[in-house]
Amino acid sequence: MPTTTMQTLQVDVAIVGAGGAGLRAAIAVAEADPSLSIALISKVYPMRSHTVAAEGGAAAVTQPHDSLEAHFHDTVAGGDWLCEQDVVEYFVAHSHEEMVQMEHWGCPWSRTPDGRANVRAFGGMKIERTWFAADKTGFHMLHTLFQTSIKYPSIKRFDEHFCVDLLVDGGRAQGVLAINIASGEFQLIQAKSVIIATGGAGRVFRENTNGGIVTGDGMALAYRHGVPLRDMEFVQYHPTCMPGTGLLFTEACRGEGGFLLNKDGYRYLQDYGLGPASPKPVNKAMELGPRDRLSQAFWHEKQKGRTVDGPHGAVVHLDLRHLGEKYLRERLPQIYELAVSYLGVDPAKAPIPVLPAVHYTMGGITADGRTAAPLPGLFSVGECSSVGIHGANRLGSNSLTELLVFGKVAGIEAVAHAKAHGHGDTATLARLAQASQAAALAIIERRGSGERVATLRREMAQTMEDGCGIYRSADTMQATCDKLAELKARFKTVQVDDHSRGWNTEWLLAIELGYLLDVAQAMAHSALARRESRGSHQRLDGFEARDDVNYLQHSLATYAGDAAPIISYGPVKITTSPPGTRAYGAAGEQADAARQAGQSAQETAHG
Amino acid sequence: MAETTRSIEIEVLRYRPEQEDAPVWQRYTVPFTDDMSVLQGLQQIKDDQDGSLSFRWSCRMAICGSCGMMVDGKPKLSCQTFLRDLLPGPVRIEALAHFPIERDLIVSVDKFVDKLEAIKPYLIPKEPRTLAQGEYLQTPAQLQQYEQFSSCINCMLCYAACPQYGLDDKFVGPGVLALLHRYNADSRDGGREQRMEVVNANEGVWSCTAVGYCSVVCPKHVDPAHAVNQNKVNSAKDYFLRFVAPKGGG
Repeated sequence: MPTTTMQTLQVDVAIVGAGGAGLRAAIAVAEADPSLSIALISKVYPMRSHTVAAEGGAAAVTQPHDSLEAHFHDTVAGGDWLCEQDVVEYFVAHSHEEMVQMEHWGCPWSRTPDGRANVRAFGGMKIERTWFAADKTGFHMLHTLFQTSIKYPSIKRFDEHFCVDLLVDGGRAQGVLAINIASGEFQLIQAKSVIIATGGAGRVFRENTNGGIVTGDGMALAYRHGVPLRDMEFVQYHPTCMPGTGLLFTEACRGEGGFLLNKDGYRYLQDYGLGPASPKPVNKAMELGPRDRLSQAFWHEKQKGRTVDGPHGAVVHLDLRHLGEKYLRERLPQIYELAVSYLGVDPAKAPIPVLPAVHYTMGGITADGRTAAPLPGLFSVGECSSVGIHGANRLGSNSLTELLVFGKVAGIEAVAHAKAHGHGDTATLARLAQASQAAALAIIERRGSGERVATLRREMAQTMEDGCGIYRSADTMQATCDKLAELKARFKTVQVDDHSRGWNTEWLLAIELGYLLDVAQAMAHSALARRESRGSHQRLDGFEARDDVNYLQHSLATYAGDAAPIISYGPVKITTSPPGTRAYGAAGEQADAARQAGQSAQETAHG
Repeated sequence: MAETTRSIEIEVLRYRPEQEDAPVWQRYTVPFTDDMSVLQGLQQIKDDQDGSLSFRWSCRMAICGSCGMMVDGKPKLSCQTFLRDLLPGPVRIEALAHFPIERDLIVSVDKFVDKLEAIKPYLIPKEPRTLAQGEYLQTPAQLQQYEQFSSCINCMLCYAACPQYGLDDKFVGPGVLALLHRYNADSRDGGREQRMEVVNANEGVWSCTAVGYCSVVCPKHVDPAHAVNQNKVNSAKDYFLRFVAPKGGG
């Protein structure tokens, strides 16, 4: 029967999550000061983390005709001016060195004939700057980081340890409480600095590209301890996913020259301000437009009845046939296999049916440009974090780079904080941990007539899709908010079949559902409160335009227990790029020319 | 693909050490459509029939390496094995062979990870380079020397396929030897000599009896048998060079 024994350990830095961001942070801590102890805690083995599924690549200015300004502009305009511009400046300036660092650690980047790292085109990027390892970039980055981390003896891993609480005392994050999944025993890890690197929360939606583990754990933990979740209404739909499962067909399919066709075989994106349609890929046009615009175009095609009906609803066609089998197998080998084995489609011979699915949470734990949360001692990095580079819409290939650039920053900042602070009172933390442990155990000890975890999870995912999908209106968002409140109430009596301790994955699914519901509430209420359209947040109910007067601001969702989250707003840092017209295709070319003419006129005036 | 729902029997070898002393078979009837994987069948059981059934999974797309198990006696990733291909059933599902079962379909991964850590699976630079010097040059042909061996997802299906590993779990085994070869074959790496100690040991490549089933079951075409064979050649060279030159030879 359940016991109350608890292992306790003190370390300098605790890192929750061992995907790309957590591993990069751990290595940064180990390199900054090998004498510091590190606990790297993950609910899976590190190589199972969802970084593994990233396909396309990682952006960094590389070619002589590219510039940091161009990457900055693509990112800020791509984010519909909701980015922290000083943070984007730091990001673009430090991207290339991180790619080279990965290369030195062995990452098998794809190469040019003369042996340099190759770059490919990506959506919303004006110049090819996306480093890639075939179409398994995230996989190779994750394994490179994991294997490299083995070099550092100060990194102590807690694989398959599930985090149930952040321990906060005296206004400072001081550790975490985790379940050793195999035994069901609890582990208290007391730390001077805590880094959260737990990834996104795409599993709050029904159709999504994410792995089962992407359940917003770290976001919910920080949120429950008063750290606001920022810009949570911005959820990215990836336009080319597998019907039914939502599995991803990388944007690199389009970077390599793939077309999107409607039921008439027509490249419909030209009807949505992304044209003209040229036979070869043109950066920032047509299929290489940004993800929000492409997913929105799909929605309109569906309204017009120009999509194809499939067993899982409306789809369009991703056509790669003209690229030929040889090229596809070299550049997109995983995509080739996915299409063949999961769909029975040979992409060299037939178009792949695709639809948009939830892919990425732009928002996350509020962080300053150095990854620090408003709660001292707490840092966050990667998809769980809102360090401010994605704004209202992330550009593909910026997030893999983000976890490297800011993983390193988080590590360095956590070291500085750990050196400036001692450990707090262990007895107090143990008391907090006992209470959290009791709450977690209550779920498996409860025996009654409550509902199944899956019942609530399905209803949550459906209401999020209904209310917070590609296009949104107040009435459906309100219905989603109401539904989530109801689900949170029903969750209190959720019932599991499994009452054992060791490897009780149903117990963990129940705790994850609690995280998902909190994150879903932050998303839905932030969405309802933003009465404008910007980036991935598009409304149909009289707020179709961007409103810089009232909403050039970050939303901040603050946890309020059983009540609805409190939504407030904070300023957006503008350095050099005042909000402008966000345009792609031919219109984008014109806007860019006008912007550059304006800049040179300004420089002449100042000169 | 058809959307008709049919049903199939799935038999799972259950083992719950807190409840039972030995593994027992349990049968479930699972509704399925033609696009459903074995993993989705197990998820249907867990969500709607029996929440106590335990298994690992995450990505659903054959890249995270979590969901390896024996399906009708063969090591498979359950996410890319489809129920439509296993008709008429019943489908028999067990934990991966050759590993201790922790519970149900979950095996202990510790020994595999220990082996992986032991082979120095990281680049040991032949010529150290600063970040300011930029990337190492590596031609596509040089990349091709090791790329396939870098594609291992650590799913351990090859261990479940390897008769030698079944006899002696001290054997380093196909996946880890492929990873070792991945670094040895990398033009940037200079750590081969350090890793050859593992290769040459009794539990290294010479334990392999060249059955080759590891490469057959590999879902990523890593071809660990080929990597092991390459290292037998290297190991033999090391052996003979020992007589003519100091340690390492050439």
